Amino acid sequence: MSTSPQTLTSKDVAKVGLLARLALSEADLERMTGELSKIVGFVSMLGELDTADVAPLAHPLDTQNVFRDDVPVASLSTAEALQSAPRHDGSCFLVPAVLGDSGAA
Amino acid sequence: MSTTAPYTTIIGLEVHVQLMTRTKLFCGCSTKFGGAPNTQVCPTCLGLPGSLPVMNRRAFDLALRAALALECTIAPFTKWDRKNYFYPDLPKGYQISQFDLPFSSDGFLEVVDPKGAFEPCRVGIVRVHLEEDAGKSMHDEAAGTGDTRIDLNRAGTPLCEIVTQPDLRSPQDARAWLNELKLLLVYLGVSDCNMQEGSLRVDANVNLHIPQPDGRIAKTPIVEIKNMNSFRSVERALTYEAARQWEDWQATKAEMGKTPKQTRGWDDPAGITRAQRHKEESSDYRYFPEPDLVPVTVSQQQIASIRGEMGEPPVSLRKTLAAKWNIPAYDADVLVNQGRELVDYFEDLATRVGEGKVASNWMQQDVLRILNETNGTVSDFTVRPEGLADLIGRIKKGDFDTSRAREIFAEMVTSGRPVDNVVAGMGIAAVSDDDVISLCRELLAANPKIVADVKSGKEQAAAGLIGQAKKKNANVNPGKVRAVCIDLIRGME
Repeated sequence: MSTSPQTLTSKDVAKVGLLARLALSEADLERMTGELSKIVGFVSMLGELDTADVAPLAHPLDTQNVFRDDVPVASLSTAEALQSAPRHDGSCFLVPAVLGDSGAA
Repeated sequence: MSTTAPYTTIIGLEVHVQLMTRTKLFCGCSTKFGGAPNTQVCPTCLGLPGSLPVMNRRAFDLALRAALALECTIAPFTKWDRKNYFYPDLPKGYQISQFDLPFSSDGFLEVVDPKGAFEPCRVGIVRVHLEEDAGKSMHDEAAGTGDTRIDLNRAGTPLCEIVTQPDLRSPQDARAWLNELKLLLVYLGVSDCNMQEGSLRVDANVNLHIPQPDGRIAKTPIVEIKNMNSFRSVERALTYEAARQWEDWQATKAEMGKTPKQTRGWDDPAGITRAQRHKEESSDYRYFPEPDLVPVTVSQQQIASIRGEMGEPPVSLRKTLAAKWNIPAYDADVLVNQGRELVDYFEDLATRVGEGKVASNWMQQDVLRILNETNGTVSDFTVRPEGLADLIGRIKKGDFDTSRAREIFAEMVTSGRPVDNVVAGMGIAAVSDDDVISLCRELLAANPKIVADVKSGKEQAAAGLIGQAKKKNANVNPGKVRAVCIDLIRGME
């Protein structure tokens, strides 16, 4: 891994903004590019460490195989499920129109 | 594929099947289909702050069973990852899936046509992994509200994702292979594979390999096809898409890698695929290890125990049935392809009849025909194996011939009554041996020409007596009449 500080371009940040569904103005982009570059720079300090002999870590806890039985438990009522939603119709959550294909799976 | 086509169609499939669990992957909400919207949800599957997922043991075991049935290598260590994207049917803002350490990889499933209509088709499996489903978005344009309604009952349902190598070479092969995959998963109790209820979904990747005059193979851009709601749609969509890419190639000469991968949706009524949004690249999902779930290890003992409770897969059951009951491979294929219940019915029948081929013939020519005509299932079929075995036994005894038996069978099916009852009701009485002999004597006396012919060695002349016998007594068994007549004529010598 390279140890030189990484710099981001405003194009990189615009893309990250798009993936995060954030509408960034030109001024936002300029500020974010500087701030994010600094953050990436801090993290890139890790590249100075020699990790050649360190096994990859999948999880910080030294625990494995936590399961539950396939037994149904009571769900929330629909009213409870919807109570914190900004908008609902009593049975479904309402969101601004989504047209086109689902992003699922 | 046709040898005359100027290209080879390259197809790979991505199949999602819902596992047959009672509860979701990470919480105890029911997975039952058809509940009123948002009645099977809790803080975990709604993605509320502070909730934590806990893996469903049954879901993991079923996924393992699927992977083993697909001859995959099981990883001794596996973990889950977050696949990040924003969509209203994904409440957490990420899907818990598996990225770099799926629990299984590198398997295959072969489909063989017993009639040899197509070459055996062996399809490699890249990986099988376990992930959660998203919810359901409904947009009611007619209501004109401009809102999309979200039902999260399905969110968190356990899915097994099966990714194939691009080993399929025709839309027909793809359909046949999917049929075999579905049969396998249903046999092993992994999934009900009900496409109407979304328990099985298929996406297909397709492109063309086109040999060039200079010997190079040109490859068209890979297209992923979505929204196919039946295996028939998969076949139609692939056929359409291959033809569309061929047209496109001739017009643009566009090759793979020069344009981003495209996603197209299948419009079934229109019979065409339409371009959809450009799919995000894998890196856009910003996968990272799921901190809320600990890794899972799988031991050889666990694998052995899952194998032990797996049941026999169709591919070996076909061979077992053919050998055990001495029936042709074609028969075994037809029976097995109808599902476990029909195989159980057949084996019960064959045991009672004591003859596999006779039982198989009745299954195929009569039971299956009627099930197809009535769109029925074998579990609801009115005539049970003991009733049908009774009927077949009576044919063997010579009580009636096969065509008469078919009429009786039809009546048994519609009325649900046993053989004796139907026979009495139809006025069919078994003809006693004495009656058959006296009838034959009458016929011989009235047909000296036939008697003479049979005496001179032309036994086939006896056939002329059978029609007459049927006229005199409709219930008489033609085979028996023939045998008795020939015996009597021989006795005259």
